[in-house]
This record gives sequence, C-alpha cells and structure tokens, in this order.
Amino acid sequence: MSTPLLAPRAPRRKRFASNAGFILLAIPLVVFLAVIVYLFIYLFANGMPVLNWRFLTQPPTNGMTEGGILPCIVGTILVTFVSLVFSIPFGIGAGIYLSEYAANNVLTRLIRSSIRSLAGIPSIVYGLFGVALFVSALHLGLSILASGLTLGLMNLPWIISTAEESITAIPSSFREGALALGTTKWEAIRHNVLPFAFPGMLTGVLLALARTMGETAPILFTGVTYFTRELPNSPLSKFMALPYHLFALTTQHDQALKVRPIAFGTALVLLIFVLAFDAVAFAIRMRLAGANKWQV
Amino acid sequence: MTIRTARDRAARWTFFVAALLGVIVLLGILVFLFVYGVKMFREVPVFRFLFGMVWNPDAYGQSQFGLIPLLWGSFLTTLIALLIAVPFGIASALFIAERLKGRVRVVVKTLVELFAGFPSVVLGFFGLVVLAPFISHLFHVSSGLNLLNVSLLLAFMSLPTIISVSDDALRVVPHSYREAAFALGATPWTTALRIILPAAKSGILAACMLGFGRAVGETMAVLMVAGNAPIMTKSLFEPVRTITSTIAIELGESAFGSSHFYSLFALGAVLFLITLATNLIAETLIKRERRSFML
Repeated sequence: MSTPLLAPRAPRRKRFASNAGFILLAIPLVVFLAVIVYLFIYLFANGMPVLNWRFLTQPPTNGMTEGGILPCIVGTILVTFVSLVFSIPFGIGAGIYLSEYAANNVLTRLIRSSIRSLAGIPSIVYGLFGVALFVSALHLGLSILASGLTLGLMNLPWIISTAEESITAIPSSFREGALALGTTKWEAIRHNVLPFAFPGMLTGVLLALARTMGETAPILFTGVTYFTRELPNSPLSKFMALPYHLFALTTQHDQALKVRPIAFGTALVLLIFVLAFDAVAFAIRMRLAGANKWQV
Repeated sequence: MTIRTARDRAARWTFFVAALLGVIVLLGILVFLFVYGVKMFREVPVFRFLFGMVWNPDAYGQSQFGLIPLLWGSFLTTLIALLIAVPFGIASALFIAERLKGRVRVVVKTLVELFAGFPSVVLGFFGLVVLAPFISHLFHVSSGLNLLNVSLLLAFMSLPTIISVSDDALRVVPHSYREAAFALGATPWTTALRIILPAAKSGILAACMLGFGRAVGETMAVLMVAGNAPIMTKSLFEPVRTITSTIAIELGESAFGSSHFYSLFALGAVLFLITLATNLIAETLIKRERRSFML
C-alpha cells in the first residue's frame, strides 16, 4: 500500500486534485470515528456519577428504582462462562481440523460454508433455536444453562474462524521439523504448532467473550428475567443479565425516567466489561504483530 | 508405537467430529425452525401467511398472521440504512486501503473492528435517549421513535462490516494494477477511483450484502427505537415493525404451542432463509474476486 512511493511527479494541478479527492474521501470515515468517540464520551460522562462500590455489590431494591446491579453482573458472567465452556473445545477442535486435516473436497467445503453461514445468522434466530432445543426439547427450562448453550452455539463460528486462522498462520516448517524426527501428526501439532498458535486463539476467544457479554436477543426467551430476589444458585436457575437489565430499565420499567441514571450505570458497566476484554485481545494481537514475523 | 498411532487417530476423529458440529448445528436450526414453523399452517393457510397484509395475532377469534407488513418493515429499514452506510463504507474503506499505513492504519482498523462488537442494546439505548429527542426536535415530530431513527442506527451498525470486508477486497487487488496505472501517468486518486475500485467491485458488493445481512437481523437496537406499530410504514417519521422485533416482542406473550407461538418460528425461518441466501451470495462474490486475480 505504498502508493505515494510509486506515484509519478504529476503537474501541480493534478497533484492538488488527487490530494483533494482523498481528503473528500476521508470525511465519511472521520464522521464515523467521531460519532464512535462521542458515543463513548457520552456514555462515560453519564454513567460515571452512578458508579460506586455499592452499585456494583448490591441487588436492585425498591422496585428496581434503587440499589445496585450485582445479580446482573453475576448472571452475565455465568452465562458467558457456560457459553465458552461449550464453544472453546468444539471451536478449537474444529479450527484444528480445518487447518491441519481437512482435505480439499466436498465435505470440507460443506463444513466451511456451514460455519460461515452460522456466523451470519441473526442472534434472535439463535434465540428461537435455543427455545426449541434447550428450553423445550432438552427440558432445561428457562435457565442459565439454556441461555449459556444458546450463546455458545452463537459464538462457536467466531471461535472456529479465529482458531483456524491462527493455526494456519504457523509455517509448515514447524510441523515438518517434528515429523522428520518421527513424531505422529498429532504430536507435531500438539508440541510444534498449538503452543505458537495459542496467543492468536486466545485473542479470538477474548473477542468472542466480549461480544457474547453484550448479546441480548439469544437470552431473551431462554432464561433471563426481569428481577430475581436471590443470586442464581444452580445452573437451572433463571438469572438477571446486564444487557437485558438495560433493555428492561429503558423500555419495560413503569418509571423509565426515574431509573434512567441506573440505566446509564448499567450501560457503562457492560461497556467497561466489553472494552476490557477487547483491549486485552488487541494488546495480544499488537504484540504478536511485533514479535513474530509469521503471525499476523 | 501402537499407542501413539492410536492417539493420533483418536485426535483426528475428535477434531473431525468438532468440525462436523458446524454442519449439524446449521441443519438443526433449519429443521427446528421449519418443524415448528410449519405447525402454524394447521390453523392458518400458507397463502394467508405469505401474502397477508395484516399482522394482528391478538385479535380474538380472528387473528391475522400476514407476513407482508413485517417483511416491508425489515426491508425498508435495511434499505434506508444501506443508502447511508454503503457510500460511507466504501469511501472509508477506499481511504483506509489506499492512504493509511503503519500505526495509523492499525489504530483506525482496530476502532472499526472494536465497534463491530459493540453491544447493540447499548446502541439502542443511545438511540432512545439521544437520537430520538434530537430527531423529534429537529423535524418537529411528536416522537423520535420511527423509521429514520432505526435506519440511522442500522447504518451505523452495518458500517464496520462494510468497511472491513471492502478493505479486504481492495487490498487483494494486485500491486501491478497500481504500477500499470502510474506508468500511464494516472494520479493516485484516479488510480484508486478508476482502477482499484472497479477491480474490487465484486468483493465490495459482497461487503454490501454482508452489511445487509447484519442490518436485517439486528434485533435489540431496532426493538428499542422503532415504535413497533405493525403498519405499512410510508414515511420516515412513522413507527415501523420488523421481523426481528416482532419475534422479540411476541415470543414472551404467546402461549407455548399456539398458532401464534409457531408463527414466530415461521418468521424466524423466513429471516434464516434471507440471511442464508445473503451469505451464500456474498461468499460467491468474494471467491469470484479472488479468482479474477488468480489468487
């Protein structure tokens, strides 16, 4: 992308037109980035005054007009955890298969195409599937388990594609070195590929984690609830969650304006969780890009 | 040695089964949506669902399950969103691909990618508390919860997809294309606009398709700012009801096993088919671009 290096020295008028063109082209991008920055500043400015230790460690009280959001934080962490317990082993296994074993045939193309299609399916459709499969057919009811598994199905394709990418990025000489010493294919992968692909896979998992925390539609009918008195005590309990709490406070609560500050606080806590995991993921990726020539 | 080869084989099969899960889940979603969806047709004729002009499942004794107003709402919101997002997205991608490099490029791409994972419910909240009053004030309308608000949010949400995929499409255009244009005396601007952009057109079209899929499937942000009246919306300032928000609103209030309940799965099946088709077309377009450069 080193166009300026190669660009000929055009007459001044043409050079000016060229630069002016690119400046015009930059305007939409600048507007988009400015809105994102404004969005963050707005949410931080309105959410910060609400945040304090009590807000994070107490349940809602007095018809959710006072108190904190502890059950929502706990619920969100629990469902996200369940979803990853499901999707990490399957996702990484599938990633290993696609990058190391898959032959170039119809079956592989079908698998790849299915996974890409899964990534494009709307989250509300996962919610419907979760109702039909986990809540009803498997009799899990409205529960953390049903919601977590629904979320797990949703983030599975994200984890598969980043796992495959980071394993494929390891040069084949790493495998060949081990194979030449008489290891089996699995031993070569286990000792000479996976350790080097690990940071890349971790990045993918963290990004999936961040996105999963913010998802609302898949949990809407599979176990999330408006209010519970106690913290969940079993995988089959209903639960409160940050994104749904924000939704409920702004659209379902009969005193929506009175609870607006709590809504801002909830939005900010959710955002901080999401950004924190995103930031770690990107930090790892940046380090990788600097450290290893073979890894992108 | 036998244990090692046995282990090797076991590993291979385990990973194969994990990969096969992708196909199984996709088929599972398809089967469940259709098996549940079809059950609504025991009471409602297929014709009345596919071509019905009224969605009113609550009318006692004469519920109507017409798909058309919801399909209209979904397509209208998405189309207006894309009218904004496509030019914005392509311009941004062209600028990123042709002008940004090194650290700046990494930072900008990171911000865009970060925003792709932004919780849609927070964006909906923003639409509700900031955009809605702004719209109602600016255009002197009583409520800012309308088609315009939804479309703006959806444009915003599909931009990261359009930018990222378009940028990828622009970056696979071989460098020899640029060199050839420069050799003929073209400026970088002319090269970008007349050579690189046309060369990447099928990849960029794929980006737009994926942006469409992203917008048509969005639920929470739409639900919070759409006003949600199931009418044939004709103005930017009227409320609108999409397929996704209908499922989200009504699944909780419909009785398990009723025609109403199953009709929401039929809506899900329609949505599933729309996004599946969108994705397959996008995939074909991306392959076509890569093949045209013999990659």
